[in-house]
Amino acid sequence: MKILVPVKRVVDYNIKVRVKSDGTGVETAGLKMSMNPFDEIAVEEAVRLREKGAATEVVAVSIGVQQAQDTLRTALAMGADRAILVLTEESPEPLAVAKILKVLVEREKPELAFLGKQAIDDDMNATGQMLAGLLGWPQGTFASKVEIVDGRAEVTREIDGGSETVSLTLPAIVTADLRLNEPRYASLPNIMKAKKKPLETLQGADLGVDLTRRLTTVSVAEPPSRKAGVTVKSVAELVEKLRNEAKVI
Amino acid sequence: MTVLVFVETEAGQVRQASRSAIAAAEKLGDVHALVVGDAAASEAAAAAAAKVPGVAKVLKAGADVLAHDLAEPLADLIVSLAGNYTHLLAASSAIGKNVMPRVAALLDVQPIPDVMAIVDADTFVRPIYAGNALATVKSSDAKKVLTIRAASFDPAPAEGGSAPVEAVNVTVQDTTSRFVSQHTPTSDRPELESARVIVSGGRGLQSGENFHKYLEPLADKLGAAIGASRVAVDSGYVPNDCQVGQTGKIVAPELYIAVGISGAIQHLAGMKDSKVIVAINKDPEAPIVQVADYSLIGDLFEIVPELTAAL
Amino acid sequence: MSEREAMDFDVVIVGGGPAGLAAAIRLRQLRPEATVCLIEKGSEIGAHIVSGAVIEPRALDELLPDWRTMDSPVKTAVSEEEMYFLTETKGYRIPALDRVMPHLANHGNYVVSLGEVCRWLAGVAEEMGVEIYPGFAGAEVLIENNRVVGVATGDMGITRDGEHGPNYAPGMELRGKYTLFAEGCRGSLTKRVMAHYDLRKGVDPQTYGLGIKEVWEIPPEKHRPGLVMHSFGWPLDDHTYGGSWLYHFGENLVSYGFVTGLDYENTWLSPFDEMQRTKLHPVFRPHFEGGRRLIYGARALSEGGLQSIPRLTFPGGALIGDSAGFLNTPKIKGTHTAMKSGMLAAEAVVEALATERVEPGSFTQRVRNSWLYEELKSARNIRPAFARWGMKAGALYAGVDAMLLRGRAPWTLHYRHADNETLRPASLSEPISYPKPDGKITFDKLSSVFLSNTNHAEDQPVHLHVENMPLWKTVNWDVFRAPESRYCPAGVYEVADQETDPRLVINSQNCVHCKTCDIKDPAQNIDWVTPEGGGGPNYPAGM
Ligand SMILES: Cc1cc2nc3c(=O)[nH]c(=O)nc-3n(C[C@H](O)[C@H](O)[C@H](O)COP(=O)(O)OP(=O)(O)OC[C@H]3O[C@@H](n4cnc5c(N)ncnc54)[C@H](O)[C@@H]3O)c2cc1C
Ligand SMILES: Cc1cc2nc3c(=O)[nH]c(=O)nc-3n(C[C@H](O)[C@H](O)[C@H](O)COP(=O)(O)OP(=O)(O)OC[C@H]3O[C@@H](n4cnc5c(N)ncnc54)[C@H](O)[C@@H]3O)c2cc1C
Ligand code: SF4
Repeated sequence: MKILVPVKRVVDYNIKVRVKSDGTGVETAGLKMSMNPFDEIAVEEAVRLREKGAATEVVAVSIGVQQAQDTLRTALAMGADRAILVLTEESPEPLAVAKILKVLVEREKPELAFLGKQAIDDDMNATGQMLAGLLGWPQGTFASKVEIVDGRAEVTREIDGGSETVSLTLPAIVTADLRLNEPRYASLPNIMKAKKKPLETLQGADLGVDLTRRLTTVSVAEPPSRKAGVTVKSVAELVEKLRNEAKVI
Repeated sequence: MTVLVFVETEAGQVRQASRSAIAAAEKLGDVHALVVGDAAASEAAAAAAAKVPGVAKVLKAGADVLAHDLAEPLADLIVSLAGNYTHLLAASSAIGKNVMPRVAALLDVQPIPDVMAIVDADTFVRPIYAGNALATVKSSDAKKVLTIRAASFDPAPAEGGSAPVEAVNVTVQDTTSRFVSQHTPTSDRPELESARVIVSGGRGLQSGENFHKYLEPLADKLGAAIGASRVAVDSGYVPNDCQVGQTGKIVAPELYIAVGISGAIQHLAGMKDSKVIVAINKDPEAPIVQVADYSLIGDLFEIVPELTAAL
Repeated sequence: MSEREAMDFDVVIVGGGPAGLAAAIRLRQLRPEATVCLIEKGSEIGAHIVSGAVIEPRALDELLPDWRTMDSPVKTAVSEEEMYFLTETKGYRIPALDRVMPHLANHGNYVVSLGEVCRWLAGVAEEMGVEIYPGFAGAEVLIENNRVVGVATGDMGITRDGEHGPNYAPGMELRGKYTLFAEGCRGSLTKRVMAHYDLRKGVDPQTYGLGIKEVWEIPPEKHRPGLVMHSFGWPLDDHTYGGSWLYHFGENLVSYGFVTGLDYENTWLSPFDEMQRTKLHPVFRPHFEGGRRLIYGARALSEGGLQSIPRLTFPGGALIGDSAGFLNTPKIKGTHTAMKSGMLAAEAVVEALATERVEPGSFTQRVRNSWLYEELKSARNIRPAFARWGMKAGALYAGVDAMLLRGRAPWTLHYRHADNETLRPASLSEPISYPKPDGKITFDKLSSVFLSNTNHAEDQPVHLHVENMPLWKTVNWDVFRAPESRYCPAGVYEVADQETDPRLVINSQNCVHCKTCDIKDPAQNIDWVTPEGGGGPNYPAGM
């Protein structure tokens, strides 16, 4: 079984981004970029499945600028077998990403595509579901546990107030949630070895996918900061306000 | 314009998150509500949805294949109904987030998740970078597929309306995905990330015993989850997974009560999106007071028992 | 230990600052077939770099003669220069700066973000075939048969209690015929090497300063690209060495910061608060009004100069840059000297590689024959003069030294104390009251640390070793009332239960790797060791 793992290059999770003073976007120049944390979890799970013998090959894919290569190298250092970079001028919208991934799926014929549940830059939480829709494959989103049993994927999913388990025919899409696993480190020896693993580069423009954005960003603003409220004099006043003014109890 | 809202119900009631989605939809046009389930469940859900003022019509889809809100048949159903609607909406719930992007892909539309504000029929505000920035985006798609962030829209009332119900002929099928089981934790204490109310303690509590003695009874009264500052976690008062903040959990409950927490920026990063914040602190100049909706200044060891008793 | 993997290189370089990167580039220029591996504890190159920085391009001119035609981040030329002596309410501008304080004259220099410069140099080095691995800290010096044979990176995935966690990954041995320590000021491995080979024998103690820095974005109409300002005097008293800088550079950016000499005596002094309150002085305040603060960081710098430079080489390697103490203190510039020292060390190593010599000993001679030595020699008396006679008399001496003696005084002033020996007990120190932060121009420590993007993986051993806790109580608390809670610019040290049973709380996650506690702790009871690689601040572009 081959597993495809799309990985996205995003601003590192430790970095606080700031809105540009002209409100046209978020300042990302010169910031440390890393693999989307949910994608690290997806890579880890795919590699574990291979290590357990449930999968034979893990192929990491990234769609974006040349530097997304670094992200793919990280995936290779974590244990992916080879990588594909689809070069585009910027990271496209989930719809276009899903369409590109569909082309790659048709080429690579994996039985499982393992994505992160969302990317921590755009927070779209959409690509996996969209790829599933385009391929007509079943989807196990927000996975906290994945098992391959009798040629099906049993996926435990995080839902509001608990979890549920679904059983999917293969091929299928799974998207990783935080609790699925704790990804390993890309160790120094493995980073060195990853330099020798195969990394293929494709031109996004050659894949016959329309990359035109459907959403245009009108403006980006900082969220309004919270203002100090009132100081209440007594517990009774607090309870009264929570009941009748805020209506939260 | 007519708008279709996928509505979730629970125990004969429309979920609050879905009522927020209905409230958002009302800003866009006439609202049709879609409810699904097996025959019996869809019947009950339709009755509940019909009572929500603002709903002009309820579409009821009852079939076994729809019993567990699985994304595959549900997306096909919504796509089959999409016809003349300009906007397709759902709450930003686990179900909404699971199904709406799939719907969008099938319609060749780029979805717009987590909508916080509606500027006009094409333009929406949504959070990016974990809410550290708000993007206003304009869609060029003919149909819009949106999920609605509950906290941003006051929910439509649960009662008061009487919309007509129309049954939908369900033809969708799916053999790829099968529901196996559901697990809802039996603990009385809700999980931090999904709790409606959180009572959180910091260094002011002074010990794990005091968490037990002072905070737990208050949390019990409110059906609240228990959170903590990093100092409380590092000092061993409570386990690691209680930590709220930059390096802990990011929460946005309706009510967050910070007890003996100063409100350092790293803590605020994890709870500033809460709807209502209450600070109980002896220091009127603590940073938490600058962001709290209600502050009660005084000794927590007196205030907390009094509050617990008053509820 | 046997489970560790190992890899051989010609040269291993620890630290990706200007010294390490210049050495790497020079090595490949002189000997393109040499295998060179450079590790950096920051998550990326530049992530841990804090500097002013006004840099002198002299070393860069020698290293990359056509850098001006490359796409470098060295862009803002110094355009105007102002030096102030401050009293609480007034600022007196020093006239004829280039004559009185020629070491501070900056014509021909550039205002840069040194982190960006390092990222750029790293790109150049990688193109030349240097292998660069950020996110890995050198944690252990490998010494065999009394020769340094490389370093080992730290283990990853050790839990707080020191156990192997589920993601445990052992460190790796990076073995080099020669190892260059380019860890910057107060390097943690450098400290081991100096002790092992007794490299400090016969030299003055190193003295240090703590620099705390902020980067601001200000309204375009106020921005004067290339403006360079310095001040001394208020808010420090005459016995405390230090002062502030404020540079306009880049796109509406301002670099502001404050250096406090770590030989300060008053245990109540808080370098962080000195830095904050100086912004309120009428000379500085207008620069900040209407702006927003973007980045915060801190780093110690070596101030001893020539008298404090240790023996530079040992079997199997050398110390370069601020690790050795090559900073020119009166100029507050160490970038060009760090680079030059790295280049000279590279030349010595290339020679040693060819002749298979154990110690790249020609490094010392090369330094002596270079402008680097001349420069440090002529500056050598200025900082000790301040240490002896205070700020005003020291400034006077500096002026005399510069104008009359031209740095060629026949005497050399020595440092009498290491910085950990200078604190006065709490009872003999005058308490200082600092203004409360206003949230607009001045801020508290924790919201400052927030802007350094600092983090450390949570479940790991505390990397600030307090060797002897009872000693903390009797010395740090009883005598000095926990000076670490004031000098640490990241709020790492807190004292809990002060009234009942005072004990030290170490919030190691906050640590911005400035190294001050390792330097200033009165009993030298705090040992800073490298945390898990990649931890620490993540200073973005502009820093
Ligand atoms: C990289 C990094 C990551 C961090 N991540 C987090 C994080 O995820 N979560 C987090 O919480 N912190 C985090 N911190 C730590 C944060 O900066 C603060 O140190 C911490 O939040 C303070 O916890 P506290 O409010 O409990 O303690 P304190 O700041 O000491 O505040 C205690 C408060 O209790 C009040 N108090 C005391 N006694 C009483 C009483 N009897 N009655 C009423 N009030 C009383 C005091 O007035 C005070 O306001 C992080 C810091 C860094 C640098
Ligand atoms: C506040 C301040 C202001 C300054 N202003 C100026 C100025 O205006 N002009 C000027 O020319 N100079 C200035 N300097 C001095 C200048 O920044 C330094 O002299 C110069 O950066 C020294 O270069 P370096 O390569 O020796 O060390 P550093 O620049 O400190 O670099 C050392 C690198 O090694 C890494 N490292 C350390 N230990 C390890 C380890 N064990 N394993 C792996 N990596 C490690 C560090 O993370 C760091 O990236 C200033 C310094 C400070 C602190
Ligand atoms: S703990 Fe030490 S090295 Fe870390 S920030 Fe504080 S003083 Fe600097």
